[in-house]
Amino acid sequence: MPVPDTLEFFIDPGRCIGCQACVQACTECSTHKGQSMIQLDYVDRSRSTQTVPVVCLHCDTPTCAEVCPADAIKRTPDGVVQSARKPRCIACNNCVLACPFGVPKMQTEMHLMMKCDMCYDRTSVGLKPWCASVCPSQALAFGTREEMARLRPRAKPVNTFQFGQQMIRTKVSMMVPRDAATDIVDVTAAMYEPTVSHTMLDEVFDQDRDEVDA
Amino acid sequence: MIPRAVHGPRDMEGQTVPPDGRPLADQPKWRRDFPIDWAQDEYVSRRDLVKFIVLTSVALAAGQVALVMRSLFGEPDPPPSVQAVAGVDELPIGGAKTFSYPEGSTPRLLVRTGPAAFVAYDQQCTHLLCPVVPLVDQGRLHCPCHNGWFDLATGRPLEGPPRRALPRILLEVRDGTVYATGVEDSA
Repeated sequence: MPVPDTLEFFIDPGRCIGCQACVQACTECSTHKGQSMIQLDYVDRSRSTQTVPVVCLHCDTPTCAEVCPADAIKRTPDGVVQSARKPRCIACNNCVLACPFGVPKMQTEMHLMMKCDMCYDRTSVGLKPWCASVCPSQALAFGTREEMARLRPRAKPVNTFQFGQQMIRTKVSMMVPRDAATDIVDVTAAMYEPTVSHTMLDEVFDQDRDEVDA
Repeated sequence: MIPRAVHGPRDMEGQTVPPDGRPLADQPKWRRDFPIDWAQDEYVSRRDLVKFIVLTSVALAAGQVALVMRSLFGEPDPPPSVQAVAGVDELPIGGAKTFSYPEGSTPRLLVRTGPAAFVAYDQQCTHLLCPVVPLVDQGRLHCPCHNGWFDLATGRPLEGPPRRALPRILLEVRDGTVYATGVEDSA
C-alpha cells in the first residue's frame, strides 16, 4: 500500500529544540534493529545550540540509488526511497559518501546500509512516522499541506535543494520563511558564513534595553 | 489555494527520471537493466523468462547427453592402482585407521575385525557426509550426526537416515601387509 498523496513530511529546523526525542523513538523501532535512522545535527556547536533533525528527504532522483553498484536501493511509486535490499547490499559505502544530506548509515557489523524509509510500515497505512509522532515542537511534522499552511502562517514548504551544481527535488519539504524570495534552498551558499548565534541575540537585547531606557 | 509540491519530471507511470532528464528510451542499456523503481526492478518480461527457461533446459539436456556419450564411447576409467595401507600387525583386533585411496580421495576407514579379517569403507556417511565410527564389538558402524547405523561386514545401512551402502574398498592381505586394490561403489 503506498503512502497517501495527501500526507507529506515537513522538516522545520527553526522549531527544533534538540531534545533527541525523534532519535530515541527511531531507535525503539524494531524494523531497523534498534538503530536510529535520524541524526540530530548541530549547526555550529561551539557557538549555537541550534540543531537540525536530518531524516531522509526522499529525492526524486535519488543519488544514493544512482551510485549503488549492487542495485540495492529502490524507490517505490509513491516516491519513498527504501532502505537497501538486504540480499543485495554489499556494504560498499558508496551511498553513504554520495548522499548530499548524509542520510544513509552503514551498519558495519551487519554489512548492511540502512536508511530512513519514512517509517514505511506506518506511513503506508496513513500513520505518522515515529519521529513526527513524538516531536514535541513539531519540527518534524507529518500531515497535509493545508494543515501546515494553517499551523505555520509564517513559513512555507520548499522541496528544492541546490548543492553546488546539483539540483535536488525531494518528497520531504523543508519549512522556510514564507516571505523568502526564493523557492530553492542553496545549501552550500552559507557554508563559510559565520553562524547566526548569541552574538546577534545579545544585540537584540541591547536594542530592547535602549528602548526601555529611552 | 495551497500550491502542491514541485517535483522533477516523471513520466506517466511515476518512474524515477535519470539525472540527465532524458526519457528512458534514450538511456543506456545498463540503466534500463537496473532500474531504480521498485516495480520495474521486480518486473520480469515474458521474453526474459522464456529465454532463461530455454537456455537452462538446453544446458541441462546437453549435460545429460554428454554424460551418456561419455559412458557409451568414452575411455573406461583406468584400473585402480594397488596401494599398501597398513601392516597386519599395525592394528590390534578391533582397531581402525584412516587412509586415502586413491591418493587425494576422501578419508577411507580400515577396520580389523578379526585375526585375519579386514574391512575398509569410505568414512563419509552416505546421508550427509559425517564421518562414521566403527563399533567392532557390535559389528556396526555408527554415524553420530543423525544416528545412522551401517553393517560393519557389508557396509549396508541398518538404521537411521542413510539409504545407500558405504562405498567399500577392496582389500588384499599379502605378506603381512594390507593392500587396497579397488573401490566398489555403493549400489
